[in-house]
Amino acid sequence: MQRQIEEVMQHLDLTSVSLALYHKVLSMKEKTPSPLETLTEIKQLMERSSRFISLSGLSGVFAGVYALAGAYAAYRYLNLEGLGYFSGENFFERTRSTFPFLIIDALVILILAIGTGIYLTTRKAKKDGNSILDNTARKLLINLSIPLVTGGLFCIALIYHGAVLYVPPSMLVFYGLSLVHASSYTRNDIRLLGLTEIALGLISLLIIGYGLFFWALGFGVLHIIYGTYMYYKYEV
Amino acid sequence: MKKLLTDFNKAFESKVRLGIMSVLMVNDTADFNTLKDLLNLSDGNLASHIKALEELNYIIVEKQFIGKKPNTTYGATKEGKKAFNTHLKALENLINNQGK
Repeated sequence: MQRQIEEVMQHLDLTSVSLALYHKVLSMKEKTPSPLETLTEIKQLMERSSRFISLSGLSGVFAGVYALAGAYAAYRYLNLEGLGYFSGENFFERTRSTFPFLIIDALVILILAIGTGIYLTTRKAKKDGNSILDNTARKLLINLSIPLVTGGLFCIALIYHGAVLYVPPSMLVFYGLSLVHASSYTRNDIRLLGLTEIALGLISLLIIGYGLFFWALGFGVLHIIYGTYMYYKYEV
Repeated sequence: MKKLLTDFNKAFESKVRLGIMSVLMVNDTADFNTLKDLLNLSDGNLASHIKALEELNYIIVEKQFIGKKPNTTYGATKEGKKAFNTHLKALENLINNQGK
């Protein structure tokens, strides 16, 4: 009996020694990362230091919903005024009285979309432990703004000259260019969204008069699709 | 195997130094606090590694003032970028050879 116990004890002792050794080897392995781990770390660090990745996909979805609601409101308003939106000539003269409503409509959409975007992105940055207004955010904002503000002024000039038919296509094209330009400073997926917006804007330049429809497609539907895609890709 | 390891740069054996270079490869410049936050380091730790890289001529230090606050920024030199790329290639080669 005694011998049996001794044998078992000896065996236990050996296992614990080998276990300890095994753990030591494991921990040594952890200390020197494999080349693949090192490369992955380098890549992550490069991305984190040069791209703003806290942009929330949900803010795209909300922007899209606001845009669709706003476009529908504009459509209803134009019809109530007896202006069949998709019919014919002298659009500018016939629609001049509707400008205040349309401009306020657009501003409300813009403010709601930006407000929700800032709120959701701040929330996500906090959750991920990133700061909201760091170097990458500043670069993204500046680079997004240059083509976007140019486009805004361009559209105001178009309205001033009465070329309202060209406003929705111009908004889409300039917005697309802004996104393509800004994509180097955030998630690269934005680039494809930008290219799609540009294509949509150019098509609507050819099929003139359907601006509201293309506008709703570009700012509404595309935002919802891309926002959902990015939400599921990065946030779920 | 031995030949593969000759391209490994001793300066980049430290994770911190490799990290600093990674950031400076994709950003023209970065300031001290940005590097500190990105790499999750203490002041002293980061400073010593920066000094080591500076002595190797891998990074360049620029001191300037923003208003009254002193602001120090760091950038990678040509030499540093070259060394980093060589080191990366060596890492990649090692991975490719492991697969075989």
